[in-house]
Amino acid sequence: MTQQTADRDLTSEPPPPPPSGRPTGRSDGSHARNFSSGFLVKLAFVAIFDAGALYGILAAVAVRSWVIAGFLVLAMIAVNWAYFSKRALPAKYLVPGLIFLFVYVIFAAVYTAFVAFTNYGDGHNSDKADAVAAILAQNEVRVEGSQAYALTVLSRGDQLGFAIVQDGEAQVGSAEFPLEPADDATIEGDVVTAVPTWDVLNFAAIAQQQEAVVALRVQVSGDPNDGALRTNDGSTGYVYESTMVYDEAADTMTNTATGTVYTPDDHGNFRSAEGEVLTPGWRVNVGFENFTRAFQDDRLRGPFLQIFVWTFVFAFLSVATTFVVGLFLAVVFNDPRVKGRRYYRALMILPYAFPAFLAGLVWRGMLNQSFGFVNEVLLGGASVPWLDSPTLAKVSLLMVNLWLGFPYMFLVCTGALQSIPGDVIESARMDGAGSWRVQRSIVMPLLMVSVAPLLVASFAFNFNNFTLIYTLTGGGPNFPGAPITVGATDILISTVYAIAFESGTRQYGFASALSIMIFIIVGAISWWGFRRTRSLEEL
Amino acid sequence: MTTQSVEGNAPLKGARWWREIGWRHVVAIVTIVLVALPIVYILSASLNPGGTLTGSNDLFRTIAFDNYSTLGPEGFWQWMRNTLIVSTVTAVGTVILGAAAAYAFSRFRFRGRHGTLTGLLLAQMFPQTLAFVAIFLLLFTLGKVVPALGLNSLLGLICVYLGGALGVNTFLMYGFFNTVPRELDEAAKIDGASHAQIFWTMILRLTAPILAVVGLLSFVSSFGDFLVAKVILQSKDKYTVALGLYSWASDERTADWGVFAAGAVVAAIPVLVLFFALQKYIVGGLTAGAVKG
Repeated sequence: MTQQTADRDLTSEPPPPPPSGRPTGRSDGSHARNFSSGFLVKLAFVAIFDAGALYGILAAVAVRSWVIAGFLVLAMIAVNWAYFSKRALPAKYLVPGLIFLFVYVIFAAVYTAFVAFTNYGDGHNSDKADAVAAILAQNEVRVEGSQAYALTVLSRGDQLGFAIVQDGEAQVGSAEFPLEPADDATIEGDVVTAVPTWDVLNFAAIAQQQEAVVALRVQVSGDPNDGALRTNDGSTGYVYESTMVYDEAADTMTNTATGTVYTPDDHGNFRSAEGEVLTPGWRVNVGFENFTRAFQDDRLRGPFLQIFVWTFVFAFLSVATTFVVGLFLAVVFNDPRVKGRRYYRALMILPYAFPAFLAGLVWRGMLNQSFGFVNEVLLGGASVPWLDSPTLAKVSLLMVNLWLGFPYMFLVCTGALQSIPGDVIESARMDGAGSWRVQRSIVMPLLMVSVAPLLVASFAFNFNNFTLIYTLTGGGPNFPGAPITVGATDILISTVYAIAFESGTRQYGFASALSIMIFIIVGAISWWGFRRTRSLEEL
Repeated sequence: MTTQSVEGNAPLKGARWWREIGWRHVVAIVTIVLVALPIVYILSASLNPGGTLTGSNDLFRTIAFDNYSTLGPEGFWQWMRNTLIVSTVTAVGTVILGAAAAYAFSRFRFRGRHGTLTGLLLAQMFPQTLAFVAIFLLLFTLGKVVPALGLNSLLGLICVYLGGALGVNTFLMYGFFNTVPRELDEAAKIDGASHAQIFWTMILRLTAPILAVVGLLSFVSSFGDFLVAKVILQSKDKYTVALGLYSWASDERTADWGVFAAGAVVAAIPVLVLFFALQKYIVGGLTAGAVKG
């Protein structure tokens, strides 16, 4: 008997089932009494997730990212509830995917809409406090006739700091914290020679990081208006004070040298009465300005209209050309008397297995005006500007997209043709329909029922076909004089990219507004298209 | 086509053969030549150690493997490794996350089921390619908290791709899961299997074909993705093949065309191999989708 209890304790086996008739309060599947290997795996995964989330929460709190911290807390609660509650059966299977969906699709979409109404971008990257600090720092000049300090440059990890002697007392500070007394530092004469936990940099080490040392500002006190300690040579430090003074109560910036007063305007900048603007500014809500800008700015309107029209033309012609060619080939090779059809098909769909970015880059080389294969070999040394003339670049794009896209249409049409029941065609022929009539009145309508939704999807895809445009022409040839780097073959999505990342100043707000506009256009067209195709189905 | 089969099986001869069948062979050969031209060209250029565009125009003038051995020192294999890691992890993750969700939708009836399905469909309306600015800003902020999930991180990129795991694929799998009879689940349940055992050992095996298709589609799309990767990955050692090859080919003055060609050939191989190995499934999946509308 004792033997038995010992065994049970060792292996933590569940107790023998209660005698029949005695009601069991809970069902027998509780994990507390059933440590299956599956449960242990689950426990391990949830534990790893919790550890990661906890680390994330601490890190987020440390940098004051309250949104991230809050989301992680919610995610942690959701995961633990899903995997340890017996009632949350479907949630066990849905939660992992939903977390990714929430962060990287839904949040991204909502955030796009949010940014679209702001002036987020270069010059407006952060909040007002950061902008004030940056303006004060930019306008610092050495205080006239101020004391020169013998300066010691310190380092700790990848952080740099300064140490000086003021009134016989050592003061240490870095970019992260203002000067503060360091009683345990060693002072020789008027120079600090050692500070606990910091390394003192010698001349060679300073020379190595010259740029970082010259750029370092150590605030004299917690108030940025008091100025900062800086150095030019790594051995002498001066107190620099900003010529700007920020008055928190009045919310104004004043230039002490000229007396000009700058007040905040509704675009997130300090502006003087004369209209002079201080940079950087901060993020503010600008309403619908980003949405109307493309139509109101004179220098943007022309290029933007061209891009807008070309996007539609490109998407429509891409679908039309690939579909016509694909359908033609499908009909031609749907004849069982053609020998070797299988091999023909396998070879013809090669481009479908070819990544689009490779196709774009390879054709870019082949279409090169001076050295490309097409001009040099196929056209015997011609000099056709395939990618350098606005019109020909568009033609080239459509041709390359045809090369890349017809196999898909070919496959789809072949499948649709083969699924048309033979007896329908047979009966049409019995009724006296000729071959052409059968094609036009029976085969095509039936084919369109199944293929039309895919044509709508293909239109939506090509409307946003960034990869091909970017790898083949890069949007060029560029429009001269436009304030953003866009060109004759840019479509809307590549314009968004150009505005956000490639036009000198990054304008995330404007780019996001354009994304939202594309979303509305594609959404409306797809909705209309799918409704139309549903009506085809009722034929 | 069925229309022709009525006309009997006697082989056609001469002019009639040309009119009805022969021209189709001509169409096939012309199409195949056009299809193959860039592929043959790039293969030839990769074997030509000349290195320039002009030098590559004489097809198969020389055959040498110098360009392929130059790939290593230029950092190409690092890009290839990055790409394979990202695409494989994304494909496996997409299959698992998507199949789990499809299982929940197919086998459980719960409150909010219909709403969640509709929500998934709606979420697809805003593709990630449109949200790339927000994704960039999101990863920029995330990176300040957890650098591994931020910009210039392969893990960060994988997570973004996994955001699309519950998407069109889930509906593809959902439809397929519904074709597996529920009686099988019931039988397994009676034999004492838990829902997890049913999922991992039974459903996933029965639905292997659709899992292969979804995995392949996911692999191919992350392999070929350019925009999101370009926004997220910034340093050369983190590049995927798409970004790396672009950085070679777009720089027209210093581009070594031969080395680019060799890289292009190597990059095309994984997708081509997968595609032809699973061709039967893909063509089936495409046409099945087409017929269903």
